Amino acid sequence: MRRNAPALVAVAVAALFFALLPFGLSDYHRGLAASVAVYLIAILGLNVLTGYTGQISIGHGAFMAIGGYTTAIMSHYHNTNLILTLPLAFVITFGCGVLVGLPALRLSGVYLALATFALAVSIPQLPLKFSKFTGGSAGISASKSVSNSWLYGVSWSTAAIAFLFTWLVLRGRTGRAFRAIRDSEVAATSSGVTLAIYKTLAFGVSAALAGVAGSLFVLATNGFAQPNEFSVTLSLKILVGAAVAGLGSLWGVLLGAAFIALLPTLSASAPLIGSAHGQDVVFGLFVIVVMILLPTGVAGLIPRLRRLRVKA
Amino acid sequence: MTALLELRDVHARYGPVNALHGVSLTVDEGEIVAVLGANGAGKTTTLRAISHTVHRDGEIRFAGNALRGGPEAVARLGVAHVPEGRGTFSELTVWENLRLGAYTRRGNLKDDFARVGSYFPWLEDRRHQQAGTLSGGEQQMLALARAFMQRPRLLMLDEPSLGLAPLLVTEVFRIVQELNENEGVTVLVVEQNAHIALQLAQTAYVLEVGRVALSGPSADLQQHESVRRSYLGY
Amino acid sequence: MVELARKLPLPQRRFPASPVLLLLAAACIFLTVESLRSTIFAQLTVAGVATGVVYGSLALALVLIYRATEVINFAQGEMAMAMVYVAYQLTLWGLAYWEAFFLTLAIAFVFGVVTQRVFIRPVQGRSVIAVVIVTVGLFILIDGLVEWKWSANQRFMQAPFGNKIYHLGNVPIARQDLGTIVITLISVSALWAFFRFTKLGLGMRAGALRPAAARLVGVRTNALLAVGWGLAAVLGAVAGLMTEPAEYVLQPTLMQPVLLYAFAAAVLGGLESPGGALVGGIALGIFLNLLPSHSWGFVTSALELPVAFAALLVVLLIKPTGLFGHRTVRKV
Repeated sequence: MRRNAPALVAVAVAALFFALLPFGLSDYHRGLAASVAVYLIAILGLNVLTGYTGQISIGHGAFMAIGGYTTAIMSHYHNTNLILTLPLAFVITFGCGVLVGLPALRLSGVYLALATFALAVSIPQLPLKFSKFTGGSAGISASKSVSNSWLYGVSWSTAAIAFLFTWLVLRGRTGRAFRAIRDSEVAATSSGVTLAIYKTLAFGVSAALAGVAGSLFVLATNGFAQPNEFSVTLSLKILVGAAVAGLGSLWGVLLGAAFIALLPTLSASAPLIGSAHGQDVVFGLFVIVVMILLPTGVAGLIPRLRRLRVKA
Repeated sequence: MTALLELRDVHARYGPVNALHGVSLTVDEGEIVAVLGANGAGKTTTLRAISHTVHRDGEIRFAGNALRGGPEAVARLGVAHVPEGRGTFSELTVWENLRLGAYTRRGNLKDDFARVGSYFPWLEDRRHQQAGTLSGGEQQMLALARAFMQRPRLLMLDEPSLGLAPLLVTEVFRIVQELNENEGVTVLVVEQNAHIALQLAQTAYVLEVGRVALSGPSADLQQHESVRRSYLGY
Repeated sequence: MVELARKLPLPQRRFPASPVLLLLAAACIFLTVESLRSTIFAQLTVAGVATGVVYGSLALALVLIYRATEVINFAQGEMAMAMVYVAYQLTLWGLAYWEAFFLTLAIAFVFGVVTQRVFIRPVQGRSVIAVVIVTVGLFILIDGLVEWKWSANQRFMQAPFGNKIYHLGNVPIARQDLGTIVITLISVSALWAFFRFTKLGLGMRAGALRPAAARLVGVRTNALLAVGWGLAAVLGAVAGLMTEPAEYVLQPTLMQPVLLYAFAAAVLGGLESPGGALVGGIALGIFLNLLPSHSWGFVTSALELPVAFAALLVVLLIKPTGLFGHRTVRKV
């Protein structure tokens, strides 16, 4: 227990910080801060799959879309309480994740990456085909919209729960099985890890987190679920965030989320590159530079700094 | 005789693991030198240090100059290294493998193909065959032929006898000797089969755990008590 | 007898699994018969081949890089798109279309080489994910740069082939489709000849197959990787320049759908197989062109992508390494 003391203190400080933060922010910035939490949950999900289990996914935007549409549709047609749609999205996308995990058992490496990419491309097209039910390209809206303060509270609370959930999943037997699969499937099998169960489980958990993030994502965009919002770019963004965070680390996720949520906005207000296109240039360059300079992501910096301190 | 290759106090490591702890050896122009030793003694690593496919320290001189640069630079200076597993491009044809041997050279290769054909007459018939479909012995011959296409000053062979039937081993070593005598190619050969290696080479080095334990003319080593017991088995 | 057997010419390379070949042969026969029966079918098939070769050539660019470095270049399409803008700019400066075309190919080569040197080389040899992320970063970067310089507004370029229609029997064939097919096939064959007959091409193949052994015979594998990126960029530029007239307008999103189909085509062919990529591209092009009119109205334009990728997924589940790929032995 004593070993965990610094971590507990850090958690407490972080909790206090995020609880007090909204009082110091404008409404606009509260919305922005909420979007960090949304990305955080999605990246957390991808990290379970890619960072801890070693299965690449370029399709997490698809799970976000499913979660997001769950919230919008339930609210639109059944007037379901918005907060109740979150666990619902969790369950539904968990199921979808398991379903995707089944074929993924047969695929590996690049082929898996491309199969999930196919998912990211295809899923957002489906609402266009079944537009009567889903509103087509115009999208579908939840029955009521929420304030930024509400959004901030709910998304950061959800993020905290998601973080705790992930930590619990990863620290025990299941987490060990995931890591064993990442390090070597053959070795994992021979030491008693049933690939079929744990791989699909990893897909399920990962997708479920992305689904919840998708729900909040929809609420953050005025309660509108639109196919355009869930384009391939979203999937790529989450992958970038996870890589920047440093795959296989829980603490870096916060930085990764901040990176993809805030950098475009920050760079838009910077001088010289203040155009909408300048954002992309800065974002792209930043991604490349981070990957070149920090091979293990931002999270890799922490142990490196620690080592430096020990040396000094 | 002048030294073509000189290693002085060469260290090499794989990541954090040291494999050579200061090896020194000399190969004279026109000579055949054998490197003997047990598994893990550092024989292969010695060759790798020369062609710089392993992290190395120490002084290596080739034809009077310090040997610098990556493996491709070493190859361009005239060192042909036939690595463990022969380095055959099994997906490519026999012909393409030979062309790759001559990759560092310019100009017409007709003469070279003819010369290679005189040592390995069967290659001509098989030129369009995929190299991976050759037998083990044929692949070893192809590796020799490929190295010869490079017109090397120094030919480095890593365990040419590995996995071959005794008859083929004799054949391979016969051709190596011919290349040495007729073409003036200097040879540095790493072998487990000390018996045949000592017959072929003029000079030999015995490595033990990354160091030179013994060296001298092959004839002397053949008589040496510990060599006989450990490597020749009588 | 043994001697005789040894002298028999052995197949140069492993042929793809025969069921796949049978399937392709059956598909070809079906297409020919149907085309002879129906003019519209024939017309759609030819147009399908034209879009298919474009998918195929971009897929080939992906395969080229994948074979050399086992990495998928997500920026391949955007690189191609940027090159189309370069060609557009050149025509604005007064060059004739074909002058601009060839100059662009040269620029594309340099662009590819420089991209590899500056952005890819520093992460080469790290995890696949790292390299993939860098190419994703390139995707965003190139997009941003193009929109910055030329804005996202639609632009119009000269049409290279005009709108002449030829008639083969009853079947009308657009000069543009024909031109696209011819140009693409020429560039693909040129590439094939380069790999097959030149020393540099041989060195690149050797470097892709066994980098360590290639370096030992003196192949400068690192330099050749950059050449590979250059060639892939050239091929991509051809694909881009052939896509533009089919789309009629030039905008930054020009190559995004093409890239998706090229991915599908490359995977369909097995990622390792250049021929497979081309065949995969053509198959996909025909399939997508025939689909809307032969699916009882179910497949509309919104469903084209999902259906294409569902088909891809089915192929992958039956053959996890694509039609022409073979399983590699994995080291434990």
